[in-house]
Amino acid sequence: MDDLLSEFLTETAEGLGTLDLELVRLEQNPNDPGLLGNIFRIVHTIKGTCGFLSLPRLEAVAHAAENVLGKIRDGQLIVTPIAISLILSSLDRIKMLLATLEATEAEPDGNDADLIAQLNAFADGQLTDESPAAAPTVAEPEPEPEPEWEPEPEPTPVPVAKAAPVASTAVAKPKQTALAQPEPPAAAAPRAQADGDVKDSAVAASNIRVNVDLLENLMTMVSELVLTRNQLMQILRGQKDSEFGIALQRLSHVTSELQEGVMKTRMQPIGNAWAKLPRLIRDLGIELKKKIDLQMKGAETELDRQVMELIKDPLTHMVRNSADHGIETPIDRVMAGKPETGTVTLSAYHEGGHIIIEIGDDGKGLATELIKKKAIQNGLATEAELAQMSDQQIYQFIFKAGFSTAAAVTSVSGRGVGMDVVRTNIEKIGGTIELKSAPGKGSTFVIKIPLTLAIVSALIVECAGERFAIPQISVVELVRAAPGTETQIERLNGAPVLRLRNRLLPLVGLDELLKLRQSHDTSTECFIVVAQVGTYSFGIIVDRVFDTEEIVVKPVAPLLRDITMFSGNTILGDGAVIMILDPNGIAAATGEITVGADRATAEQAVTRGRQVDKTSLLLFKAGDDSPKAVPLALVARLEEIDRKEIEYSNGKPVVQYRGKLMPLVPIDPALRIGHEGRQPILVFSDKERSMGLLVDEIVDIVEDVLNVQLGSEQPGLIGSAVLAGKATDLVDTGFYLMQAYDDWFGSRSDGALDHVAKTLRVLLVDDSPFFRNLLTPLLTIAGYEVSAVDSADRALDLHEAGEDFDIIISDIEMPGMNGFEFASHVRSDSRWSNVPMVALSSHATPEDLDRGREVGFNDYIAKFDRDALLTSLTATLSLQREVAA
Amino acid sequence: MSIVPAGTQSRQVQALGDGQSHDYVSIFIAGQMFGIPVLQVQDVLGPQRITRIPLAPPEVAGSLNLRGRIVTAIDVRTRLKLPKNAEGKESMSVVVDQGGEQYSLLVDNVGEVLSLTSGTYERNPATLDSAWRDVSNGIHRLDGNLLIILDVARLLDFATSVDAA
Repeated sequence: MDDLLSEFLTETAEGLGTLDLELVRLEQNPNDPGLLGNIFRIVHTIKGTCGFLSLPRLEAVAHAAENVLGKIRDGQLIVTPIAISLILSSLDRIKMLLATLEATEAEPDGNDADLIAQLNAFADGQLTDESPAAAPTVAEPEPEPEPEWEPEPEPTPVPVAKAAPVASTAVAKPKQTALAQPEPPAAAAPRAQADGDVKDSAVAASNIRVNVDLLENLMTMVSELVLTRNQLMQILRGQKDSEFGIALQRLSHVTSELQEGVMKTRMQPIGNAWAKLPRLIRDLGIELKKKIDLQMKGAETELDRQVMELIKDPLTHMVRNSADHGIETPIDRVMAGKPETGTVTLSAYHEGGHIIIEIGDDGKGLATELIKKKAIQNGLATEAELAQMSDQQIYQFIFKAGFSTAAAVTSVSGRGVGMDVVRTNIEKIGGTIELKSAPGKGSTFVIKIPLTLAIVSALIVECAGERFAIPQISVVELVRAAPGTETQIERLNGAPVLRLRNRLLPLVGLDELLKLRQSHDTSTECFIVVAQVGTYSFGIIVDRVFDTEEIVVKPVAPLLRDITMFSGNTILGDGAVIMILDPNGIAAATGEITVGADRATAEQAVTRGRQVDKTSLLLFKAGDDSPKAVPLALVARLEEIDRKEIEYSNGKPVVQYRGKLMPLVPIDPALRIGHEGRQPILVFSDKERSMGLLVDEIVDIVEDVLNVQLGSEQPGLIGSAVLAGKATDLVDTGFYLMQAYDDWFGSRSDGALDHVAKTLRVLLVDDSPFFRNLLTPLLTIAGYEVSAVDSADRALDLHEAGEDFDIIISDIEMPGMNGFEFASHVRSDSRWSNVPMVALSSHATPEDLDRGREVGFNDYIAKFDRDALLTSLTATLSLQREVAA
Repeated sequence: MSIVPAGTQSRQVQALGDGQSHDYVSIFIAGQMFGIPVLQVQDVLGPQRITRIPLAPPEVAGSLNLRGRIVTAIDVRTRLKLPKNAEGKESMSVVVDQGGEQYSLLVDNVGEVLSLTSGTYERNPATLDSAWRDVSNGIHRLDGNLLIILDVARLLDFATSVDAA
């Protein structure tokens, strides 16, 4: 039988049972409004559900009865025995219809015009006047409808045949015999009714409805029991040959079984969450004119009710996405050599303590190009950043808020709300979501969620003398780190990192994160818990690692709810309270994952800050053998041109590029350009102008920490740094830009600031020569006149010297006076107090931003975000002008 | 100028004005006697193992395991802006129920249960420190001692009073 229908039958049967009782009580207390309200509500619900399930006969009867009840409730009619009898008789009719419904899954033919007419007449107040006459008629309602039953023998034979043998047992049930006995001759009605009741009782015998709260309560009690058991076992381990040993073993067994049993009561087949999907897919297919087949595997896989509630909506959303975005139109499919009908596959299975749900389609796969375009549009990444991302990284963009690549917004999807919510929901319950996609073959989402939220396996760690639990599901591996060994913690501007299998793993010290102690002593041995949240891997530095333990997650006290680092607390086997770390919260605090939309902005800033740790650099070879590098952010494009296309103008090499002549400058002045093969070039662009830097070979893009170790006397080079393990020359792009256009940095009228009459003067304060060298040309290109100094003191010297600037850009971390101090100095009693200031820093946490604003910075920009810097400069300056004007 | 909301105080005065006696568990913090309405007290415990909670407000001393339930321990000294107890000096715990959650108030010592009538009741003196007035429901004049009635709800509501401060 249809799930919906059987649910309806169970529910209605219960409602009717209550109604019988309530009506009798109403007759005794006709003026109890609460009682009346309750009765009305039940009848109303029945009516509503019937309408929903398109059961017209039931609906009509319920409607008429509701009508009468409504009038009684509103005081237009008074409660009389006739009224009660009438309602009771309509309930009986409903029961009879339900019985047939249960047996045949369809309403019996015929109609209930007679009963409805009576009800309506009563509702109109006609029956009350002739109550003495009407009373007998309606007091025994069954004989009335009975004649109407005879003409419709179709439904009755079935129940009658079945009813006959069971009728005798049914007598034992007082509720229905009370109704059935008054009319022994009216065989059909009571029998059908008896049949219904007996079947109900058969269903009822194997299933009972239990209040969810009761189950939750049981679960809590069992959880406590598990804890106590763990505690006892711990004590037992400390004692040899205890006489309690055997008894405790037994207790342990029983507890485990009890735990399992109670967990089972909370388990439901996942198919329940899928019930609506076939219909959804069918409707979608019609709306989108696609042929879609939905295949469901493992619908019987069970998982915790609570978990199921939480993943129901995400699942629906993802299936909808697969059908809408994934599956192509039949024509496209045929052209791609695939069957006309697309398939969306939904499968679920158990694996370890987890349930894996896969949502796959055989559609076109994720459109990497579209995602890229959209990412640039939304300002999530620059073209250069995208160029070095793997497909897998690019796919992750679909989990960002407000991201939709659907070309058109359909009623189905494309509104850009969704996948971010999906991921948030899944991560909230400790699950993970992965995405696989192959162009032309389809995409598959793999969701891994814990079977239950109540009891989880956790790793117990220690830091600064405190113990913490980390849910095992987020732990990928454990690494022991000690100085002088292969695995040792290195620091980038104070931020700890670890080289792990040729990848740089960002680390976070638990002691720093939780402010447990001042600083971590890296000279001793420690452990790194490698955790993964989404696709973001990071390491948590702890002092010691103990074993894993089954823990019962208990919510933290309301006072502590806003500490996002903890997902709960629990009691360990030894009786101590321990906090459970929330890897999502930690990831958010370290600034990688968009956990919620409200945090997105703050995190974006933090994410930018992180990029300083690792600068993207383009490695290439030109001239001699030593590798050379330029910051990727400065390079507009990488191109390869045919050497035949190189022409000479005024003796200098040029190439026609995007409809314009682009000068080409060799790094090595002695370079002779050949006429064959292809020539790699780095294109630097600014507004209308482009310049191509001729190189021999583009080697790689690396993300590494930039630490200029040797300055350079040679023109065109900033200095040397160690990149990817090799001494690398850093190329001064400014030098080559000047070679292409003498006036590249010169007076420009077409710059971003052409509405500003005079050239604006910028004071750049940064202790790092590299940044000064990087930003000076950049700002000059943008049309500013730049004065760069290496410390706040030098900047203040300029102030003393009577220099004036239109805007000040300052680093935060500097030896001597830091950026914050510098800003407050400038702001307090100084000729420069109105000069806008922009902070430039590698640390862009929300607190830093606040602090920066407090001391007088107008804006706060992460280093290496050159676009943001330029935008900010323009914005800050124009704001300043408006204020001034 | 009263910091205690009018409703709270009038209720208190009314309750005390009926001539009946009220029972208080007396506690001592830094030599000062306080009283907690006996009906709000669930347990009195000796020194407990308390787990520190990082990043928690300073008034939160940590969590402790009270017969399988996790209870948040409140350092009443910090709450009353008193210096922390000397190292090694153990605190007693008075477990109270507030809004369905249990809290353990860490105090120096717990005394006996006192039955007090309205005869000895006084309102908060105007000169009482605001941090104390915040959590006090009035004073009882006892022989050789003054007892401050602690308003547990306000004592535990330090998030808002910190903001206000």
